[in-house]
Amino acid sequence: MKKIIYFLFLFLFCIGIFANAQDNAGLTLPAGFKANLFAENIGGARHIAITKNGVIFAKLNRANKQGQSIVRLEDTNKDGVADKITGLANYGGTGIYLNGNNLYASSNEAIFKYELNNNDEVLNPLSPVTVVTGLINRRQHESKSITFDKANHIYVNIGAYSNACQEQDRTPGSKGKMPCPILDSAGGIWKFDGNKENQTYGDGMRYATGLRNVVGLDWNTQTNKLYVSQHGRDQLNTFFPSLYTDAQNAELPAETFYEINEGDNAGWPYIYYDPSQHKKIVSPEYGGDGQKEGASNFINPAVAFPAHMAPMAVLFYTGDQFPAKYKNGAFITFHGSWNRAPLPQEGFFVAFVPFKNGKATGEWEIFANGFAGTIDGAKVTSTNKAKARPCGLAQGPDGSIYVSDDTKGTIFKISYNK
Amino acid sequence: MAQYKGKGIFLICILLFGLTQSIQAQNVINGKKIYETRCLVCHQADGGGVPNMNAPLDGSTNVVGNDIGRLVKIVKNGFKDKVELDGYYYSNDMTPNPDLSNAAIADVLSFIRTSWSNKASLVTLAQVNNANKGNQKKNSK
Repeated sequence: MKKIIYFLFLFLFCIGIFANAQDNAGLTLPAGFKANLFAENIGGARHIAITKNGVIFAKLNRANKQGQSIVRLEDTNKDGVADKITGLANYGGTGIYLNGNNLYASSNEAIFKYELNNNDEVLNPLSPVTVVTGLINRRQHESKSITFDKANHIYVNIGAYSNACQEQDRTPGSKGKMPCPILDSAGGIWKFDGNKENQTYGDGMRYATGLRNVVGLDWNTQTNKLYVSQHGRDQLNTFFPSLYTDAQNAELPAETFYEINEGDNAGWPYIYYDPSQHKKIVSPEYGGDGQKEGASNFINPAVAFPAHMAPMAVLFYTGDQFPAKYKNGAFITFHGSWNRAPLPQEGFFVAFVPFKNGKATGEWEIFANGFAGTIDGAKVTSTNKAKARPCGLAQGPDGSIYVSDDTKGTIFKISYNK
Repeated sequence: MAQYKGKGIFLICILLFGLTQSIQAQNVINGKKIYETRCLVCHQADGGGVPNMNAPLDGSTNVVGNDIGRLVKIVKNGFKDKVELDGYYYSNDMTPNPDLSNAAIADVLSFIRTSWSNKASLVTLAQVNNANKGNQKKNSK
């Protein structure tokens, strides 16, 4: 009898392992790809960065139970699962970036620099260098995402502390301020020197403006250009019910992905991008009626995504593991919407944006889906019911990609089997 | 006769109880309609809010607490302060509802205090009237 029970357990155990390997951590992926859970329950993981040895650093929105807000994850036995997890720092914030042996992390007001040794361990966990400080944090759109160009310049988003620069924020019928005073110190991308200390507004430059809240930004090293993903404005129907229905609000405005050149203006708060008309439309706070076109000097998006899905991180894929079509294209994580209500929420996936000759084709496709954990493709009606919400992205040394989630703190590893 | 009198009072009590129950149910039904048109988009269908952005109402200690005056003020004036709510911060400003009548505020508060897992008391018109008087006094000081 004991033997039978023993074999039964062994059998179930094997099924368990088999099922886990086959179910791709609950994700739906293109043929040939597989996914597994690299780590679970590390705390609300936002952006992630990875060393050339494959050690991951995840920035937590707020400190976890251990009181740490940067988590270091190492897979010492190379089985695809983190087995050595430690941490440092205690400040909230979402940005993290690895530049050689320098690890940069952001709070909601500042950017700090740490140094790594040859084992990818942080040498100065308690005494980082303050690189940038005094950036605006007024609750809304407070997170500071960072990336670098090849000349060691930092690009940081400073989100607008407003939805649409109304005289009274998020108030029905309230007009837009003209000009919008927020844009002098927020609502754009600022550029700083990665080598200098204690910089603030006067030391950097406003690299691009008219960007309400950029959460994902990455430097395309092939074309030497900055790309950013913006979260479009909310609640057209709530504040202007005579102009927009619930159904129209669910599809307006587009979430936008831009190629950015120095001095560009993407038009927030004066315009939004309508993905079905393919036009920049004047915001209702500034006299728009849903049809009137805005000024032509505002840049057009490289890709327009469906509304409200919240693009979180951009990663240009430079690895050799994935099939050729992915090389030099961009992966973008989508956190999932809330402002599509009362219609069902959308997003909660990783998208792929193909590039041809250094430019986005304008097309996009869902690459990895199923993060929300709904059964049989059921819709998410309340955002907080999503089991996982994709946030950060990083490419490992072997060409696998990693996706973080800020609900419980899962890190998914996605690889391709030749 | 005395025995009928007793039964009569009992019946009236039952009737009154039923009547107040149905008035209360009507408050919650009215409140649900207001919730769906004004509150649901941010606080979501399940009252759970949106993590880091829009505060949850379901299970919120403030929502089910006894400070009705504060709840009335928030519904009417919106909310922009950076405060910790049950251990978390929420970044979006809440839209004010200056056009909602006291009766409508009582209804919507009754709905959110008794919906999902919330099992707090209903809010009466008198409580909202009182809260507004209190708020006006505070504001005029």
